[in-house]
Amino acid sequence: MNTVTPVSPVRTRKKQNKFLRFLNSKKVVPFVFISPFVLSLLLFTVYPAIQGVIMSFQSVLPGQVEFIGMSNYERVLNPTFYRAVSNTTAYVVLTVIILTIIPMVLAVILNSKHVRFRTLFRASLFIPALTSTIVGGMIFRFMFSEQQGAVANQLIGVFGFDPLKWMFTPWAAIGLMVMLACWRWIGVNILYFLAALQNVPDEMYEAAEIDGATRLQRFRFITMPMLKPIIIFVSTITIINGFRMFEESYVFWAVGSPGNIGLSIAAYIYQQGIQQNDMGFGAALGVVLMLIIFVISIIYLIATGTFKKGDR
Amino acid sequence: MKKNNNKLLGVVATVVMAIVSLIALFPIISIVLSSFIPSGSLMRNGISFSFPWDELTLSNYTYIFTQSAEYWTWYGNSLWISALMIVLSLFFSSMVGYALAMYDFKGSNIFFVAVVFILMVPFEILMLPLFRLMMDMMLIDTYLGVILPGIVAPVAVFFFRQYALGLPKELMDAARIDGSTEYGIFFKIMLPLMGPSLAAMAILQGLGSWNNFLWPLLVLRSNDMFTLPLGLATLLTPYGNNYDVLIAGSVMTIIPIVILFIFFQRYFISGLTVGGVKG
Repeated sequence: MNTVTPVSPVRTRKKQNKFLRFLNSKKVVPFVFISPFVLSLLLFTVYPAIQGVIMSFQSVLPGQVEFIGMSNYERVLNPTFYRAVSNTTAYVVLTVIILTIIPMVLAVILNSKHVRFRTLFRASLFIPALTSTIVGGMIFRFMFSEQQGAVANQLIGVFGFDPLKWMFTPWAAIGLMVMLACWRWIGVNILYFLAALQNVPDEMYEAAEIDGATRLQRFRFITMPMLKPIIIFVSTITIINGFRMFEESYVFWAVGSPGNIGLSIAAYIYQQGIQQNDMGFGAALGVVLMLIIFVISIIYLIATGTFKKGDR
Repeated sequence: MKKNNNKLLGVVATVVMAIVSLIALFPIISIVLSSFIPSGSLMRNGISFSFPWDELTLSNYTYIFTQSAEYWTWYGNSLWISALMIVLSLFFSSMVGYALAMYDFKGSNIFFVAVVFILMVPFEILMLPLFRLMMDMMLIDTYLGVILPGIVAPVAVFFFRQYALGLPKELMDAARIDGSTEYGIFFKIMLPLMGPSLAAMAILQGLGSWNNFLWPLLVLRSNDMFTLPLGLATLLTPYGNNYDVLIAGSVMTIIPIVILFIFFQRYFISGLTVGGVKG
């Protein structure tokens, strides 16, 4: 029954040795190391990215896929999409201003030797980053609930304002998402700035002090220019994450905010692609979002000189 | 005069920082306190400056520990999914980062540039095609479907590459002379040396998957498969019928992380600021 030709043990070992030596050669080893990564990258990133572009020209229904040219893209320009874009843009502008300036100022303060309990403050500001958007958002819903006794309404009450229905007021809706994101990310951005501040040589400040520069001048003419790369980095990351924002919107309104006051571009993709099962249209929205993010990333790479040749 | 000025400024700055820190901690402190009052009371008043100290009770916690099996299912799911994702993504990413740092191989530069570009593709465009792929692979509502796409971690690859560049290459040559294979060198000598970077990435990946929401939301369908953020989100209804589990349950997702943070602060910080390695 056994049809396998018997092989002498010596020959198998020789063959095995050759194979093992091949596997162990310096030319092959790196490819063995990277192959699982490359495979999963191809399957779970490259393939879906290409598929996403193809889908954006298709009408995708179960068992019935056909090319429909540009009509998904023609549908993109509609009032709901404008709403999502304007909400997202407002969110991006506000988060990028707040999440760049405030962490920078706080980092400069935390970097000063005259301030006490620095480690404690740094840790406290970092702790919000450990919560998920869902849990953080739930806490914010209780702080900004419409009851008169809730923290936010108590605070504005001090200034004589009437209690507000935060989650159902257009400008407050954006504000809620912005505050949630800023609360979670300030500590992380402070750490970026602190790391960069560590690289500013003390001699520069000493020299400036001898020349009679004021504290503000030292900040403006030494600290700011030295921090420029990290300012660009932090603001770019914030802009990109801002355009991708989804959870901050979901935690307050799931996907149905009244009049779409809290709808983001990503939430619109989810709503159309998954909930309405209109995958082709959702994919077209995704391509538009990707183009926005690509342009910003490339501006960032040019601004930081990544494309320039030379040693780092 | 100058010295006094500095001292005064230091005091002012300390006070400012204390106030800012309190504002940052306020939401966490208030939700921990609120988990000890009846959820109905929280529902009626929201989180308020006038905390009802006389209503303190353990009822939310007794309920969650005795009545809510569902919550513990989610907790278990989140725990083991996070653990598995840490192990898998660290294993694969560390190999790639190490190979990029230690070997000069054909195409390594092109590979690196390609990874940079792929990093820029936002998950939101991959989301729908990936979802379709998972349907074709029959992986909807399975844990494999949640885990598989998350194993690719280009950020971790960068971090490991950066870290491995600082390791002594002479060790590799010495080991080769001693007859060790290239794989032996990696697993027995170099990987242990990469310990601190592994810890930092374990925290980044762990926190990422512990808090991950969007992808599990797409893939998981049945309640007993949910992870914690998904489960908690289902309780977040305007009707407040499950708020006892929601509040106490949320607190119990934060506290273990905060405790870990206190003990491993250094690794948390280098893990979460990984984007800045270059800057």
